[in-house]
Amino acid sequence: MRKISFIFISLSLLALIVGAIFGTLAGIQYVKPDFLKDVITFNKMRPFHVSTVIGWIILCATGGIYYYLTNVLKLNLFSKKLAATHLSLFILCAIAIYISFATGKMGGREYFAYAPIISIPIFLGWILFGINYFKTTLTQVKNWPVYLWMWGTGIAFMMYHLAETNFWMIPYFRENFIKDITVQWKSYGSLAGCWNMLVYGTAIFLMSKIKNDENIARGKKTFFFYFLGLTNLMLGWAHHTYIVPTQPWVRYLAYGISMTEWVVLISIIIDWKHSLSQEKKEGNCMSYKFLMATDFWVFVNLIVALLISIPYINLFTHGTHITVAHSMGTTIGINTTILLASVFFISNRENSTYLAKHTKLLKVGYWIFNISLGIFWICLLLGGVEKSIWMYFTDNPSTFGEMQNKLQPYMYVFLAAGYGILIGILMVSMPLLSVLIKKKNT
Amino acid sequence: MTVLVVIFVVYNSIIYTQGTSNNTPLMSEQAIKGEKLYQENNCTACHQFYGLGGYLGPDLTNVISAKNKGAEYVKAFLNSGVKTMPKFNFTEEEKEAIAQFLTEVDQTGHYPIVEADKKASGWVDMKYKNQ
Ligand code: HEC
Repeated sequence: MRKISFIFISLSLLALIVGAIFGTLAGIQYVKPDFLKDVITFNKMRPFHVSTVIGWIILCATGGIYYYLTNVLKLNLFSKKLAATHLSLFILCAIAIYISFATGKMGGREYFAYAPIISIPIFLGWILFGINYFKTTLTQVKNWPVYLWMWGTGIAFMMYHLAETNFWMIPYFRENFIKDITVQWKSYGSLAGCWNMLVYGTAIFLMSKIKNDENIARGKKTFFFYFLGLTNLMLGWAHHTYIVPTQPWVRYLAYGISMTEWVVLISIIIDWKHSLSQEKKEGNCMSYKFLMATDFWVFVNLIVALLISIPYINLFTHGTHITVAHSMGTTIGINTTILLASVFFISNRENSTYLAKHTKLLKVGYWIFNISLGIFWICLLLGGVEKSIWMYFTDNPSTFGEMQNKLQPYMYVFLAAGYGILIGILMVSMPLLSVLIKKKNT
Repeated sequence: MTVLVVIFVVYNSIIYTQGTSNNTPLMSEQAIKGEKLYQENNCTACHQFYGLGGYLGPDLTNVISAKNKGAEYVKAFLNSGVKTMPKFNFTEEEKEAIAQFLTEVDQTGHYPIVEADKKASGWVDMKYKNQ
């Protein structure tokens, strides 16, 4: 089973690297619109980038869960065959998705730009994962720690919301543009909630294992946050579509639910103060470091997320790069740091001497990654403010093209920072890949 | 557990049937054809409706009713290859379909929302079309 987990994780690291390369290529269009316009057309590069990095998150979380269930929690996996089929299905889907983009046979829905038919094997893959997960855990674990709940919830809801992303093919939804676009973004909001369940579950798992303290995964407070996350997964989606003319109560509800997240923020601040007084040095150095980075990124991104969930503020930030700062900040700053921490945790168990030999490279890579991300994130926020001023606070707005020109300086720095993130990613993931690939064959 | 499932089912059904409805008439066959072209060419990578989509190009929600723009303007744009926009090869018929799609999207509402009633509670009441 280790082998299958390692293939999942190695492929995910590869996806992270390739996805970041696609991102930096697509980004060139922001500063040099005519550069290789016909080769790296944005309407193809963007889906390449988006699908590949989503692949990173999904594959890495999945590989980690398989590994933790069997190698750390020492459960007997219900079926190795199912896991192998799951892996093969996902690999085939990845190939099919790339072919779909390269040949231009696109479904053209945001985030799901590939030919819609590929959703069927993806869905099937999740069913296999679900069967394996629940058959393994339900029979062997009595009193579930929170991470098992989170992983289970993520998998179960993922199936439903994946199906929901395809509702547009049903005429009932398709014929009503507002219904269509709202359900579309409802499903995306919830899907992000699903993978957050997988990834945050992993974070809690790691914290409890690194600190060797199962209470982290069992306390009342932990479960309270789990339910809060679940409520947000189910009901919080509509803050993405405040400005779409749906029924007002949908928007009211989303506002209320979104604001519950302030509790999370306050709790983080309290915990943070608490932990400052305690000196902690652990063996899992890089893993721990990445989780500390997560802590920081959760904090700054949550502030932005909470602010832009207030309709009054959302009115001005929606449709600007501030939204991108939010999505990039959370997927790179939070999801990616947690998942890298997870890969470090696993690689460290497998071959700690190899990683120790590369400590310097890893540490420098870590800082390049985080600092570049900071610059990247700030550029997006500033660019967003600039665009918002153009949209709402200018009497005689200039043309779109002129506004784009005004954003150019930010976009140059943004692109440069994007390359920084790529370099950081390369520096930390190369040693990891080499550990995993070597171990895979033993 | 059962309670949760029931809540989930009821909530989703209400959202699908009522929460997301709107008084705009259903899309015509021609508009759906246009939407299909919009999707197949992945216009959403660069364009937005209601601010949702990629940011390399402008939002298209109200491009039809905007001052000095409109269906003819849109049709002229499609095969022009201006700036980053790819040079498409749409036939006259396809251009018509896309313009029809954009026209019907335009009828569903306003974006950006410049006329909104902002409340101190952080709430925003917005103006709907067709009501
Ligand atoms: C690679 C990015 C890209 C893609 C893909 C793209 N466009 Fe564009 N589009 C642009 C840019 C950039 C502009 C603005 C050009 C300017 O005025 O400077 C634009 C402008 C437009 C306009 C004029 C909008 C206005 O308010 O002036 C329309 C209409 C339009 N595009 C429709 C489409 C349609 C339909 C598709 C898909 C078939 C599409 N575009 C695909 C980048 C793109």
